[in-house]
Amino acid sequence: MVDFWIILTGALVAGSCGFIGCFLILRRVAMLGDAISHAILPGIVIAFLISGDRGTLPMLIGAIVFGLICTVLIQSLRQTGVQVDAAISVTFTTLFAIGIILVTLFTRQVDLDLDCVLFGEIAYVPWDTITLFGTDLGPKAVWGIGAAFLFCLIMVTLFYKQLKITSFDPAMAAAIGIPVAAIHYLLMGMISVTTVASFESVGAILVVAMLIVPGATAYLLTDRLSVMLGLATLVGVVSSILGYYLAVLLDANIAGCMTIIAGLLFVMAFLFSPKHGILTRKWIQRRVKASLQS
Amino acid sequence: MKNSESPVSIRNLSVAYHRKPVLREIDYDAPEGELIGIIGPNGAGKSTLIKAVLGLLPRASGDVYIYGKSYREQRHLVGYVPQRESVDWDFPTHALDVVLMGRYGKLGWFKRPGAKDREFAMSCLQKVGMEAFAMRQISQLSGGQQQRVFLARALAQDAHIYFMDEPFVGVDAATEKAIIQVLTELKDKGKTVLVVHHDLQTVQEYFDSVLLLNMRLIASGSTKEAFTTENLQKTYGGRLTILPDSQELLLTR
Amino acid sequence: MDLLQTMNQFLDNPNAFWVLAGTTILGLCSGVLGSFAFLRKRGLMGDVLAHAALPGICLAFLLTGSKNPILFLIGATITGLVASLCIQWITKYSRIKEDTALSIVLSVFFGAGIVLLTFIQHSENGNQSGLDKFLFGQSAAMVRDDLLVMGIVATALIVVCTILFKELKLLCFDIAYGKSIGFPMGKIDFMFMFLLVVAVVIGLQAAGVVLMAALLITPAAAARYWTERLDRMVIISAVLGALSGGLGTFISAIGYRLSTGPLIVLSATTFFLISMLFAPKRGLLARWIRRMRTRRQVVEDQWFENIFTLSERTGCNQWTDKELYAQYPALSKQRKLLSRLVKQGYIIMELQANGEYQISLTQTGWNKAYETILYKRMLEVWMMHENEIDGVVQQYANGMNREIPKEVVPQLQSLLKKHNRMPTLPRLGEEVL
Repeated sequence: MVDFWIILTGALVAGSCGFIGCFLILRRVAMLGDAISHAILPGIVIAFLISGDRGTLPMLIGAIVFGLICTVLIQSLRQTGVQVDAAISVTFTTLFAIGIILVTLFTRQVDLDLDCVLFGEIAYVPWDTITLFGTDLGPKAVWGIGAAFLFCLIMVTLFYKQLKITSFDPAMAAAIGIPVAAIHYLLMGMISVTTVASFESVGAILVVAMLIVPGATAYLLTDRLSVMLGLATLVGVVSSILGYYLAVLLDANIAGCMTIIAGLLFVMAFLFSPKHGILTRKWIQRRVKASLQS
Repeated sequence: MKNSESPVSIRNLSVAYHRKPVLREIDYDAPEGELIGIIGPNGAGKSTLIKAVLGLLPRASGDVYIYGKSYREQRHLVGYVPQRESVDWDFPTHALDVVLMGRYGKLGWFKRPGAKDREFAMSCLQKVGMEAFAMRQISQLSGGQQQRVFLARALAQDAHIYFMDEPFVGVDAATEKAIIQVLTELKDKGKTVLVVHHDLQTVQEYFDSVLLLNMRLIASGSTKEAFTTENLQKTYGGRLTILPDSQELLLTR
Repeated sequence: MDLLQTMNQFLDNPNAFWVLAGTTILGLCSGVLGSFAFLRKRGLMGDVLAHAALPGICLAFLLTGSKNPILFLIGATITGLVASLCIQWITKYSRIKEDTALSIVLSVFFGAGIVLLTFIQHSENGNQSGLDKFLFGQSAAMVRDDLLVMGIVATALIVVCTILFKELKLLCFDIAYGKSIGFPMGKIDFMFMFLLVVAVVIGLQAAGVVLMAALLITPAAAARYWTERLDRMVIISAVLGALSGGLGTFISAIGYRLSTGPLIVLSATTFFLISMLFAPKRGLLARWIRRMRTRRQVVEDQWFENIFTLSERTGCNQWTDKELYAQYPALSKQRKLLSRLVKQGYIIMELQANGEYQISLTQTGWNKAYETILYKRMLEVWMMHENEIDGVVQQYANGMNREIPKEVVPQLQSLLKKHNRMPTLPRLGEEVL
């Protein structure tokens, strides 16, 4: 049962990250995932200080607020003419630094383990359970991430059309009256939600990995957006299952192992993807050459 | 002040980027049912003009009316073909899907494109001679084919006024002919088409009227009247040389 | 005098002094390298390389079993280089774009690092390397030896950058041109990556991952506001980096038990914000003032132009405001302009019995209108005959520089006459119109 809960948590994180990550990749703002996952730290600490406990809702609100602040700051820096890489770096390092200072300043009030925030401890997930009317409903983290997954799924289903056209051709989207900025912030909001729902169990770094790596793998395997979304989820789930068993085998950090598997799957796609793999392309070239010579 | 007969009337439109004004005090009424060329040198603000009309760029001053009403109210009457380079052609989607995006404006917020929309999109692809490529991944299309897909998407918008940004850049001769043919058909149906264009050789052949632009409106009117050597010289300044004893125009630099 | 006292206390503490020296020279060095990274649009590389160093450090420890900082340095440098090569391969051989490649490499390398780290922690008890120290740095715990290594390496990096300044400049500015004149740009790029990796690695211990990402980009981004020249930008960036390092360490040392890393980041951000707002020319404030001035200028020019053409056409030089607005509806929005022009003595406004204003130009006002229209028309013919006239018309065309050089004026005036564009009404001398 313990195995099951851990794998389920990892799979839910990978699932929800996987398909919203696809849009980050297609919009060429992949590094925003990294930026947001760092920038929500002050939001979490402030929510902590105000509410006084580790309640999920205040932390969620704090994270969304700071995720959006981060996006807005990056956007406004870019509008004043700062180049994009600088805008991202300056913003998230600053917000993260503020977060750390808050943690050290209020270290007595804040029972927040920084190591845990950044790397998570998915191994503890099964022990922190919810009980309602005396029945054990399963780990808290599973419910949290499950809710985030459902939320993202509903949002993407509802706004699929808008997300797609604003990713492909924002100018045309704006011309036909789609609120491009609002859709952008919706996406960033979803990323903040997923990040905060996952970081406690899997940590900020796995969130970044799961946002981008499965999506990039899927991007190499298909030419359809809808298929890409499904494949990204699948790759994420597979990485979390295999990653868990690798971690058991090595007696090492579970989230890290899931990342490694995701990375390996990416390398496989990079080399052997039927259409875009470099080895596949070489092989096809060689065969064409051979058939020309004969 | 505003001319409710004209499909597009622009009043005192100025656009400024960070440092300097790019367009100054443009006043223009587009004649209905014509193919209109927007002509001017690089950096004259041709694309800027279109984008400002469509509300994609903030205007420093001025107003734009589509059939006498604001652009927001009349959005459904307008089709837009951006420059081909403005999008990522590696996007995981096929040609028909791109054309279907033309229907999104009509569909509203939550409705999905249905079988009818697909049929309509397919017929648009047919018009530009691309029906065989409907399921082709868009990165595997040539530049000319990509431009045709964009044109088909604009047709799918089923608009009354079309704005096209440099549709002839980097396309083969066959595509250029096909595009012009489609545009002429649109015109024959009474639609108004504004095209950003920079090849002076073909202006007289393609367009009914022109709008000569260099930061400000230099001249506008029917091609015969406005597309004169003198106006061109005003528009292009020293960058235009006119060979003596011939009507041929040459662009230097 | 409290501050002085704390300063003295601070300087009396030899260790604190060494730490201050260390962070300052680190800031200096990353400021220098950061300006090249910034111009090469590689601002996020610092972040990626810092994360990619973790598996290198762990591997070095696993393979040798020692905690020698130089071994860590070598290990981290190797994985950093591998990471940068991976990014190049991914973007070159697949359709994946650079930002995605950066994210992939960052997270996968870091994930691998965490796995190695937990592996070490579980297999050898008590010998923890301390992950949080790696992430946030622990400058206070640095000993003289660490600082010595850091100082020497940082100085070496700065020296290399100075020697290769020309090549690095080419790298940031125009790789294709560099290749065409025979520089091995691929090798130079690789070497630059190497320098960057080393800078990140020596900074990690003192400052941590996030801080290194900030130190490599923020001072450079701030310096960009102050100058248009690369050599000055590098110097300013180095100074800002050093100041951020020093200031952060100082604040951290005088109290509150705040860690140094985040404070250095915030100092750097403060310098960045100050530069962004107040730098002359490129700063937001300066730009805003300039924009306001341009807008005012454009409106004023327009007014004088309209008035002059109206006079030319009608021969009249007095109008009521109603007549003017009927001719030029756009002017009706510019009421402020009129009162300003009255104040400056360009026009006279008199209230008539019927409630309308009578507007007429004064002599200076008339001459101003004449100058404006002449300037505008001269520019027009200049643009038409750009090739026949020496000088660059573009720098006058945007209205920033209003002095047309004397030597081309006669030429332009004869052209104006040829095109019938000379103002038909004269300038005013002493006599009244």
